[in-house]
Amino acid sequence: MGLQAIAFYVLAVVTVASAFGVTTARNPVHSVLFLILTFFTAAGLFVLLGAEFLAMLLVVVYVGAVAVLFLFVVMMLDVDFASLRAGFARYLPIGGAVAVFLLIEMILVSGAVAERGAAAHVKPLSGENISNTEAIGRVLYTDYLYDFQIAGLVLLVAMIGAIVLTLKHRPGIKRQTVADQTGRSVRGGLQVVQVKVGEGIAE
Amino acid sequence: MDFWTTPGGWTLITLGEIVLVMVGVLISLAFLLLADRKIWAGVQMRKGPNVVGPFGLLQSFADFFKFMLKEVIIPAGADRTTFLLAPLITFTLAFIGWAVVPFAPGWVVSNINVGILYLLAVSGLGVYGIIIGGWASNSKYPFLGALRSAAQMVSYEVSIGFVIITVVLLAGSMNLSAIVEHQAGWIWNWHAFRFPTLVIMLPMMGIFFFSALAETNRPPFDLTEAESELVAGFQVEYSSTPYLLFMIGEYCNIVLMCAMLSILFLGGWNPGVPVGFMASWPPALASLLLFVVFALKIVFWFFMFAMVKAIVPRYRYDQLMRLGWKVFLPTSLFAVALVAAWKVFGTA
Repeated sequence: MGLQAIAFYVLAVVTVASAFGVTTARNPVHSVLFLILTFFTAAGLFVLLGAEFLAMLLVVVYVGAVAVLFLFVVMMLDVDFASLRAGFARYLPIGGAVAVFLLIEMILVSGAVAERGAAAHVKPLSGENISNTEAIGRVLYTDYLYDFQIAGLVLLVAMIGAIVLTLKHRPGIKRQTVADQTGRSVRGGLQVVQVKVGEGIAE
Repeated sequence: MDFWTTPGGWTLITLGEIVLVMVGVLISLAFLLLADRKIWAGVQMRKGPNVVGPFGLLQSFADFFKFMLKEVIIPAGADRTTFLLAPLITFTLAFIGWAVVPFAPGWVVSNINVGILYLLAVSGLGVYGIIIGGWASNSKYPFLGALRSAAQMVSYEVSIGFVIITVVLLAGSMNLSAIVEHQAGWIWNWHAFRFPTLVIMLPMMGIFFFSALAETNRPPFDLTEAESELVAGFQVEYSSTPYLLFMIGEYCNIVLMCAMLSILFLGGWNPGVPVGFMASWPPALASLLLFVVFALKIVFWFFMFAMVKAIVPRYRYDQLMRLGWKVFLPTSLFAVALVAAWKVFGTA
């Protein structure tokens, strides 16, 4: 118990501190790095809760893929830090309002979780002695199979949409075609020309 | 023995195990590095390092002290904190992966249920050391190298993930020890050679091997440090100890990938014959023998890594991306579907 408590407090403090760092860091790249640290420590909290599968997914998906692309984009931006902070006072009321609403929502949700209001009828699966990977698999692929498939279809449509929006077939561009390149023979690629002295080759 | 079950004792034992694994990996890295150079030298008909110690055996240690004693140079325009953070990240991530690797029956620091996902997560994080290092150097070539590596590692991680799923489907578990146990017995029980799925798993082993080359930025996919285009890629500005940390981390990742290849496809510590005859042996001796078997498999894969570096010319960047997204990804996805179908309809 003692070790778990220590681990929890260390992880929780780092999570909150790095989340704070995301908003206060002057350099956007540092902000993203703080965000990554937040994800990582949140995964640690999941492990403490016994949800090791979710923790690993959080690291693989968010830290390993999403945040990499995030960092990728932010690093290539040439941000003028002074102008970035100039609009602080102007957007303070809107940002403050959003923050207050989020805070109220979080308090309501945490109250509901504490009383198990929404989840009162759900029984824990841990009694059956299965790992939580299997438990999640059962819920996703047995109980809510159709919902899961629909969610997958929505993602597929979004992915195809993004590709269609960005794919442009411009004419007149030389492309690499591996089949053509490897299928090239001496007969088609070599031409023996008799060049007369002093004349050269006309194109 | 009461003390060892208290939190304090548990912490001490775990710390001891961690130190043991780290020191073991570091010392074996020193000799694997030498082996790497000796193998290239052999392929190119040179002698390789042969001056420090007998047969050059102490070369890596000499290099180590040389790196340690040089001055650390930090470029004036660099982002100091992140510049020094990057090699530390690479080094640390390369070592924490070993926490879940089962060296022999019961010889594992942390036998977690989702061990294989943990390894995937750790190898996915490895890209940060390179990106941050390239960005913090505040210089053109490192930055280009970092961008290349980000795209490359994210791409090949996808096919590595799919290959891992085929193994998880076959073994029915994400625990690495359970995956190794599943391949116990004769050599044809190993995932690479088990009869009906062999048709899929042998190519999957190949895809995993090539993706591992790309994931660890090894030739022929070392475009992040392609010296003809980018000088030394993300590590141009690094010198002395930070560079040493990058290099150790890189090699540690390579050996970790070799260990994963052995565990997933070549039966981990299983010697390929039933180990029933060891039942009467002292358990420590039997475990030691099985550990040697596992180590030999790692050395075999490392030899393959070194041979690829010595023999195969570097890919062009568009070829690399084409191979990852248009060849490996569809093939491994199709293999996942096939293995899943075989698991449902073929085993009844």
